[in-house]
Amino acid sequence: MIYSTEMLYQAYRSMKLIREFEERMREEYQRGKLPGFIHMYRNQEAIAVGACMHLGDEDYIASTHRGHGHCIAKGCDIEDMLLELACKQDGICKGKGGSMHIADMSKGMLGANAIVGGGPPIAAGAALTARTLGNGRVSMAFIGDGASDQGTVAEALNLASVLQLPMIFMYENNHFAEFTRNPKPDGRIAERAGAYGMPAVTLDGTDFFAVYEAVADAVQRGRQGRGPSAIEAIASRYYGHFEGDAQQYRDSTELESSRITSDPIPKFLADSRCSDLETARIEQIDAEILASLDAGVERALAAADPLPEQLYSDVYVNYRGESA
Amino acid sequence: MSKLSIREAINQVLHEEMARDDRVVVMGEDVANRDNGGVYGITAGLAEKFGELRVIDTPITESAIIGAAGGAALTGLRPVAELMFIDFLGVCLDQLMNQIAKFRYMFGGGATTPVTIRTMIGAGAGTGPQHSAILYPMLVAIPGIKVVAPSNAYDAKGLLAQAIRDDDPVVFCEHKAIYTEECEVPDEPFTIPFGQARTVCEGTDVTVVAFSRMVLLAEQAATQLAAEGISVEVIDPRTLSPLDDEAILASLQKTGRLVVVDESNPYCSMASEVSSIVVDRGFDYLDAPIRKVTAPHTPVPASPVLELEYVPSVADVEAAIREVVAY
Ligand SMILES: Cc1ncc(C[n+]2csc(CCOP(=O)(O)OP(=O)(O)O)c2C)c(N)n1
Ligand SMILES: [Mg+2]
Repeated sequence: MIYSTEMLYQAYRSMKLIREFEERMREEYQRGKLPGFIHMYRNQEAIAVGACMHLGDEDYIASTHRGHGHCIAKGCDIEDMLLELACKQDGICKGKGGSMHIADMSKGMLGANAIVGGGPPIAAGAALTARTLGNGRVSMAFIGDGASDQGTVAEALNLASVLQLPMIFMYENNHFAEFTRNPKPDGRIAERAGAYGMPAVTLDGTDFFAVYEAVADAVQRGRQGRGPSAIEAIASRYYGHFEGDAQQYRDSTELESSRITSDPIPKFLADSRCSDLETARIEQIDAEILASLDAGVERALAAADPLPEQLYSDVYVNYRGESA
Repeated sequence: MSKLSIREAINQVLHEEMARDDRVVVMGEDVANRDNGGVYGITAGLAEKFGELRVIDTPITESAIIGAAGGAALTGLRPVAELMFIDFLGVCLDQLMNQIAKFRYMFGGGATTPVTIRTMIGAGAGTGPQHSAILYPMLVAIPGIKVVAPSNAYDAKGLLAQAIRDDDPVVFCEHKAIYTEECEVPDEPFTIPFGQARTVCEGTDVTVVAFSRMVLLAEQAATQLAAEGISVEVIDPRTLSPLDDEAILASLQKTGRLVVVDESNPYCSMASEVSSIVVDRGFDYLDAPIRKVTAPHTPVPASPVLELEYVPSVADVEAAIREVVAY
């Protein structure tokens, strides 16, 4: 596959933005500035970016509780996201969703999801829309290794296969579901998906190029009306399940070494395909990212909370929720 | 007696009941986790003590967890299954509603299903739209399931022991925002029979029936209004199904006024259920209209500001009490 330099800078920028965005969110969370639960995506960035670079705003994704990376890779506005994480009035979901429910219909982002396994049937529905309208769009569900056990995922696999939907089951196997290690060997998840009658591959999810190339095939298949595909991308979880989980249940030596060996960003930069990228430009990208985050965070934290009466709006399109 | 939090009391009962009856098994997501014992540490220590055959970490698969707990109950175990958040009822409802709840009836009385489903309910902990619901009214509406919602550690201990020993399916609702509430709890095992309300405080001017965390609000309102000379009787039904309607009616007969405080959404809530029972069977006792204090007809928002607006407050309870007393 041929990679233009611009495209590589874009991939780098996107991965780095996810990384810095989240590091900043952790700080703010620890300072008590963000409510609720937040789940860090660190070291899985190459999956979201390698996958979403094949998708346009008109394509769909259904995300998970660990959704910041998916949102950013799909093109959601950083400032709108910051506002939503802080649950502000002008957040992408007006403060009603927060980190676990960020959605942006204008970007084909059908929602992070606090119900594990909630996304795949929804993504299948979006794929059904695309198939029915014949518009060549595709739909992708991100699915954790834990979620892969959920009945809804099996049912979505079956439906997508039976209806030959333009859908990609993008599994992210980070080896943990909350505090419990996933007992399945790597590759088992793809095997299961394959049993539903679709191509299914397992790959290194910290290798941007591996993800990018596998998703290229899957998306092409979908756009050509040849049905669903599945990809199991392996990338060990770096932080705890949610912010505040110290991961005492993990072997610290193994954790420390995996943190380093499975960082997708240095791996990307060290790849021979990136040999033409210039350090100065990379540094410039880094500086731009940090500056945009500084400005965005400052604005988000200073922004207005929702007004109490906004509790009652948007329950329905045209039937106002009962006010207290 | 020892001072225990609700969380500690529940953990203690699980230890006691597992030691008492080796048919009791605990199953669910992360329940055997060595460090945490689940997100809130409720099942801590069980796996070490009772081993992996009886403390079972399951995959994330609520339909199978709840269904298998039911099937195991039907065939001789006494499972305590954890449905981490009651919102996940959405994932497993068929197994509970169409299967577990109906075995006994459909099989002509030829089956017992002694399963306990522990689940977290409620807003106020910043957990957002898909982790904060109450939903117990949905379960109360289903014949064949018992529903329990303790408001303090003493009741949590006695009611959970009863749930585990009970021969019917029981959903045990734990409000996540009151896990750390403490009170004196007997050290030895005991049970509290279902269908017996507790009179939290006696009074003569108005009856406040409150559920789960709302009992704490009602108590605070009662204390504050006592200073103004309003005498409030607070009733905690403790079990929602069966509901101690006699205790509610008896209190109302004494006070003539009723406020019901329920964190559910308003329609088809426990508040509407209690109101309807009272209008049906206690109309003559009423000296004023019934006031319901509930959450509004909206999902639970992520924003803390909106969540505060969502959850009934002590001030809401006080206002309702004043209103019926002034009527
Ligand atoms: C239906 C449902 N069950 C359980 C949970 C609690 N829960 C939240 S995240 C999680 C683990 C998910 O693991 P995985 O799918 O591997 O995703 P990861 O967190 O590793 O990204 C669990 C059990 C939930 N949110 N929804
Ligand atoms: Mg995982």
